[in-house]
Amino acid sequence: MKTEARAQISFAKKSLRMKKISSPIWLNIMYLPALLLFIMFIFYPFLRGLQISFTNWDGFSQTYDWIGLDNYKRMLHDPNIGTIIKNTLIYGIGSTLFQNVIGLAYALLLNREIKTRGITRTIIYLPVIISPLIMGYIWYFFFQYDGGALNDIILLFHDKPLNILADPQWNVWIIMFVNTYQYLGIAMVIYLAGLQTISRDFYEAAQIDGASSWQQFKHVTLPMLMPSITINVVLNLIGGLKLFDVIVSLTKGGPGYASQSLSTVMYKYYFASMDAGYAATLGNLMFVLISVISITALIYLRRKEIAG
Amino acid sequence: MKKSKKVLLLITILISIIHLIPFYLLITVSFKPVDDLSSKWLPPDTLYFDNFTNAWKEANLDQAFYNNIVITVISVFLVVFLGACASYPLARFKTRLNRFMFLFFISAMIVPPLTILVPLYKFIVDIGGLNQPWAIILLHVTFNLPITIFLFTGFINTIPRELDEAAMIDGMSRFSLFFRIIMPLLKPVTVTVIILTGVNVWNDYQFSVFFLQSSESHTLTVALSSFFSQYVNNVGWVAAGSLLSSLPIIILYLFLQKYFISGLSSGAVKG
Repeated sequence: MKTEARAQISFAKKSLRMKKISSPIWLNIMYLPALLLFIMFIFYPFLRGLQISFTNWDGFSQTYDWIGLDNYKRMLHDPNIGTIIKNTLIYGIGSTLFQNVIGLAYALLLNREIKTRGITRTIIYLPVIISPLIMGYIWYFFFQYDGGALNDIILLFHDKPLNILADPQWNVWIIMFVNTYQYLGIAMVIYLAGLQTISRDFYEAAQIDGASSWQQFKHVTLPMLMPSITINVVLNLIGGLKLFDVIVSLTKGGPGYASQSLSTVMYKYYFASMDAGYAATLGNLMFVLISVISITALIYLRRKEIAG
Repeated sequence: MKKSKKVLLLITILISIIHLIPFYLLITVSFKPVDDLSSKWLPPDTLYFDNFTNAWKEANLDQAFYNNIVITVISVFLVVFLGACASYPLARFKTRLNRFMFLFFISAMIVPPLTILVPLYKFIVDIGGLNQPWAIILLHVTFNLPITIFLFTGFINTIPRELDEAAMIDGMSRFSLFFRIIMPLLKPVTVTVIILTGVNVWNDYQFSVFFLQSSESHTLTVALSSFFSQYVNNVGWVAAGSLLSSLPIIILYLFLQKYFISGLSSGAVKG
């Protein structure tokens, strides 16, 4: 009798506790630490950045004046802003294009039964894990004016070496190329994973219908790969538009403003020119640029996914 | 048929060689003394190790290695712990609030930390975090959380709810259920998170160069970059330093590449 009563009490206690514990609201405390970090280090600074962009703060003093839209007006009339935005777009859109086309080609090739495919995949992926800053230095040895590896070859045919990293015509594309080389591996891996989800049946059906391999690629492979394309394009766009380290190690943004991107020029205005208000304005421009481009790409590609 | 296979094999070998060129150059440069003016394409006559010892001493790499290890290990641990904790209620209780929270967390993926650099820097200075390891650790944790929450939530969605209910009927609390049952099940995706975050934090330059300015707090990339601007003409030292600081992560990657790639691709394609 006694044990039964005790069991009943403990059962009641347990169900009471269960009610309390299974209450979702109560368990939400588990994401509070993460939320707190977000509010402190992303949300609050973001709002603060909006505010700073309306001031002439130098980045160090305790005081600053509210100057309204002056920084934004200055941005519109900045003689270098065209070059900077153009470069940022080349780094972002250019690398996205090349990473996806070459990454897909590599994935198609290395999805076949080839003896060396394992090692080749590893080699293509290896740069992904190297610091972009160090990757920039490594390519510096290749492109540098004095004793660079490329110039050693050029000197065999030409009598003068090329100062390619100081040439505004070229260095922007070199930086885009290095970024592409570095992150090609991610695109390839995501495409390989996408290819593995396509059932062989589709290809067999297409073959019975007499589809050529180009037609198979166009009507089977490509539509089935749409989800992988979406992920790759959005990831590559964000990565390329915010490029920083490689530019620092290859050209430091120079000569002049020739290879600056929004991220490097922001750094310059803040730390070298003590122009924090304007730097914050450029930061906001960068935020708008990246979110508009990547969200547009995301929505456009998601629609294609459903249609395909 | 046979012939086309051979052509493909040849193509893959060619691609591999082209992709290895930068690594080859890194190695030749790092083993040549500065007065060796031979082409970078030529292997060194003798292996010259002084670049490594000099780079290590001049760039103060022991301090930088120590800082890198401390910052990386603590950041990775916190990201895994806080990320898993946050993902559990987000995956299990899809109330309107939590659905919003989930979107709030993962939308931070498109906020590049650099766009809020100015206010972030001011904030870090205000809270006394400049040159302090704890501040940069918190920053790394915050900016690595979105992808972590994305991966963990997706994974917890695939764990049947019945498991939770069964454990609770056996008298387990939600917390011990989470730590003793859910956490161990997360192992495969945890490996991916560890490697992703580890690589990000180990290689970081953008944050480190802003927030770790004193030489005692330098991480590897910052030490190398100030070393590079000081000794632009001594590429051998820079190459040796770069090789040394990449080596740990290359070795780790070669050991863990199976998990890294499968986790990355399954996480990306599932999402």
